[in-house]
Amino acid sequence: MEKPKFNIAVTGLNNTDNPGPGIPVIRGLKESKDFDVRIIGLAYENLEPGIYMRDLVDKTYQIPYPSSGKEAVLERIEYINSKENLDFIIPNLDAELYTFIQSKEKLEKMGIRTFLPTMQQFEERHKANLNEYGEKYGIKVPLSKSITSRRDIDELKEDFEYPLLVKGKFYDAYLAYTPEQVNTHFNKISAKWGLPVIIQEFIRGTEVNVIALGDGQGNTVGAVPMRKQYITDKGKAWGGVTIKDEKMLDLTRSLLKQTKWRGGMELELIKTNQNEYFLIEINPRIPAWVYLAVAAGQNLPEALIKLAFGMDVPNYLEYEVGKMFIRYSFDLIGDIAQFGSLSVTGEM
Amino acid sequence: MKLKRNVAVSENGFLFNPETGDSFIVNPIAKEILNYLKEGYDIEKINQLILDRYEVDLVTLEKNMEDFLKMLQHNELLDR
Repeated sequence: MEKPKFNIAVTGLNNTDNPGPGIPVIRGLKESKDFDVRIIGLAYENLEPGIYMRDLVDKTYQIPYPSSGKEAVLERIEYINSKENLDFIIPNLDAELYTFIQSKEKLEKMGIRTFLPTMQQFEERHKANLNEYGEKYGIKVPLSKSITSRRDIDELKEDFEYPLLVKGKFYDAYLAYTPEQVNTHFNKISAKWGLPVIIQEFIRGTEVNVIALGDGQGNTVGAVPMRKQYITDKGKAWGGVTIKDEKMLDLTRSLLKQTKWRGGMELELIKTNQNEYFLIEINPRIPAWVYLAVAAGQNLPEALIKLAFGMDVPNYLEYEVGKMFIRYSFDLIGDIAQFGSLSVTGEM
Repeated sequence: MKLKRNVAVSENGFLFNPETGDSFIVNPIAKEILNYLKEGYDIEKINQLILDRYEVDLVTLEKNMEDFLKMLQHNELLDR
């Protein structure tokens, strides 16, 4: 039987030291034995490395930043669709998810599918809502508080002990030992990511993560836990290893069942010395280390496409423990004409 | 006292705890003791096997064995 071929648009081609998940997602898709893909890269910047990986990305178009407004993004997608006849879009960056979730129906009208969490699922797991989230779903979370002004910093001593974490609403987290340090981090984070800034209780322990895919009906299609082995100065995993941790998997399955999570996600947890697990963050998308899960036996990007197109979806229960990934930097060689083409026409 | 079932010790003394992701390098004697623990031998029997094979007095052996077992416990390598 002939394999179907899908035209899939993927964002997050920024395979830098703070990598987007685009390239590892594409690697998973390309390894599918059940369908073929033509990959259309959607890039924000001309120097996102994935644009120049011609064995993985067939064609790239520049798209406007989500801050330009939903209409501008949709207009561009409409143009790209007229050229490429897209079947599916995988948005891989937190900051663009709101736009794509909101545009689900408009995209469907263009014939483009997505498989994303609902707006409610997306909104309720925000860092600023973590206390309520933990209570609602019976998961331990560190005490969190949103602050919007420097005046709030003095009052933190009533609820928190130092050190504490100062976090941006999308990215960045700093440890602060004094109110003065909170002030410095507050200024830095609010200038970069806006308000609120989130203050979080610091839990001592080991950071562990789970990647999971939910079918939107409460079932977990697959889940793989990982421990970071090497962390960059940006706090990103540069190396990691799959681990066997039933408690983490139970917690993940229970959360996906209760929330009926739809799509990929990553749970960031702290495991304390007392073997307690605290949920510190939920990323509502596939994480950049997804290819480790593929290598360990769970091709979650492939399963995501199968879910969206009503194909037979595997029920991944096993994965290889002790599978490791190590990132590396590599000098891709391109031609200035490629850069020029993208700069002038917005496509390459 | 028993080594966790899924803890793997390779021929060259590399030990991996799949539950935590921690890894360690152990010397040949530690590897030998770990293998005895994996077999399910009790500490008394392991001490006897070590005394038979190496030139060591019981006091030194027991002290070192206790330290080693504490280290294994601390690193979550033993069944509770």
